[in-house]
Amino acid sequence: MNIIVCIKQVPNTTDVKIDPVKNTLIREGVESIINPFDTYAIEEAVRLKERFTGKVTVITMGPPQAESALKEAISLGCDEGILVSDRKFAGSDTWATSYTLSCAIKKIGAFDIILCGKQASDGDTAQVGPGISTHLNIPQVTYVKKIEEIKDGKARVERMMEEGYDVVETPIPCLFTIVKEINTPRLPSLKGMMRAKSAKIVQWTAADINCTPGNIGLDGSPTRVVKIFTPAPRKGGQILKGDTTELAQKIGDLLKDILI
Amino acid sequence: MDDSKIKIILEKCTGCTLCVRVCPFGAIKIENKKAIIDLSNCNLCGACVDSCKFAAIVLDKGAVTKKNLSAYKDVWVFCEQKKGVIQTISFELLGEGKKLANKLSGKLCAVLLGDQIRAKADELAWRGADKIYLVDDPQLKNYQDDSYTKVLVELIKEYKPEVVLCGATTIGRSLISRVAVLIDAGLTADCTGLDIDEKERLLLQTRPAFGGNIMATIITPNHRPQMSTVRHKVMKEPELDKSHKAEVIKKGYAANILSSRTSIVDIVEELEETVNLAEADIIVSGGRGLGGPENFSIIKELAKVVGGAVGSSRAAVDAGWMPYSHQVGQTGKTVCPKLYIACGISGQIQHLIGMQSSKVILAINKDPDAPIFKVATYGIVGDIFDIIPALTKEFRKILKK
Repeated sequence: MNIIVCIKQVPNTTDVKIDPVKNTLIREGVESIINPFDTYAIEEAVRLKERFTGKVTVITMGPPQAESALKEAISLGCDEGILVSDRKFAGSDTWATSYTLSCAIKKIGAFDIILCGKQASDGDTAQVGPGISTHLNIPQVTYVKKIEEIKDGKARVERMMEEGYDVVETPIPCLFTIVKEINTPRLPSLKGMMRAKSAKIVQWTAADINCTPGNIGLDGSPTRVVKIFTPAPRKGGQILKGDTTELAQKIGDLLKDILI
Repeated sequence: MDDSKIKIILEKCTGCTLCVRVCPFGAIKIENKKAIIDLSNCNLCGACVDSCKFAAIVLDKGAVTKKNLSAYKDVWVFCEQKKGVIQTISFELLGEGKKLANKLSGKLCAVLLGDQIRAKADELAWRGADKIYLVDDPQLKNYQDDSYTKVLVELIKEYKPEVVLCGATTIGRSLISRVAVLIDAGLTADCTGLDIDEKERLLLQTRPAFGGNIMATIITPNHRPQMSTVRHKVMKEPELDKSHKAEVIKKGYAANILSSRTSIVDIVEELEETVNLAEADIIVSGGRGLGGPENFSIIKELAKVVGGAVGSSRAAVDAGWMPYSHQVGQTGKTVCPKLYIACGISGQIQHLIGMQSSKVILAINKDPDAPIFKVATYGIVGDIFDIIPALTKEFRKILKK
């Protein structure tokens, strides 16, 4: 089984701090990590390989330093890493990003399943996974929390819904976006880390993936950011004091309008 | 490099570092008192251009050759139904859509797909829809990515809306991302503010990024429709007006449009609580401070009294005390209820990201330095096992239960 995992390198949000005076982001020294949701996609891909045998290819679009995310994925059990990187991709919105990744996936060749995290923690759009499957014209199931079965060219999975879950059957090749509930990612093994260290990451530019220039980067992006600003941080309110009964009454008075 | 879309005019740059501070991507540094942009990290967002007091940064945002977009009119809301019940997010979007339609002097139109759903169309009219595009077919009974995508694409191609709004729900996010790709439309996720630039007829879409640490306003200058998703409870549900009538346009489609490659084998409902987290007006959440799964009973009791949903911090989910479907925060659900009661939750940044846009936050924690108090409207430093039962009693009294 050929499995492709799409990942993104993101800033570790626990490290993102706000300058209290200027109310701006402090980015210095912020560590880059694999998007937390993608770690579940990587783990699931490796488990599928263990269940059915095959190969896991991990791919990312990003700046040159995103290579370290691919190496980490290899240390976790992926077989091959592909970095799609070009200044021409700068300014890509989700339309252009999913187009670019779909071109790169076409170049990889035959595959059975593409896995993506349900969304990235920096942009939070959840649009790139469905965008890729649409550009490739393959079926998708989003928010997958369990891959029940894969056989006879079909997969049966559980899609998380607001009220529970749907059991969905889909022909393969197909694309799944993955939620956290699906597994607990393993830690890198010593062998994996050794392999990652010596692994050669494949590097592709715009010229390598047979893409239409007008569909990539800023030119290929229907949306434009016109303003970026930092919202005033939410301010703490009052700390209420008193004995328990008094406090409960006080809170009751304050919240009456919402409660009734 | 000369082909880069962003440039520093060295003669104008004073090395003041304003741009360095505003760059959300950490892509600018100062060398020899001049700003240098690391193009491999730059996302061309333009934050630095606005910050520069010396007009030393120029950004070529791409040639916007104005296409003729005048054929596109009206504001559409994709109205989600499950088991024939219109989801409340649809009403919230109709309320917001009406304001946008008024500013564009267009009509507010609802799109409703389902099986034997005609009777429900009135509910959309009562919430302000002037026109309803109705596709009623057994194949559309339950949401399927393929069939819903193809039908919505056909409708959009035929009737050409100027704006399309959709809920940022499981269904909405999966559907609208596919539609946007197929019709070359711009799509902005999870908007918390929508407005219209009336002169340019542009939808101004404001959304949080980096977990709400920065906000971005996004436009779609040259593609139509302009599409946005909006989360639950962000927009206000309009008043019900049962005298309001809408024109219903029934559409039927051929088998190839209604077909799906995927099929739904089963629909399983498994929520312990009756109220869905995303739709709840009140959420009572418990964290590590509860000490064990059995103690969630006091949280559930309080939630029951106020008719709210039960939430959980990641710590309590990871400890196996609550199922993942109840997790609020970065790797769980993002919520914005009218009231969020955080019980024994310290308030790690990942949790705050998921709930800090709640209208009122009440936090109860024994640690006076817990970060949750920094965002709480009201805070109580004390023992949750004393305070929660007292609150439950008091709320029961107020609600006469």
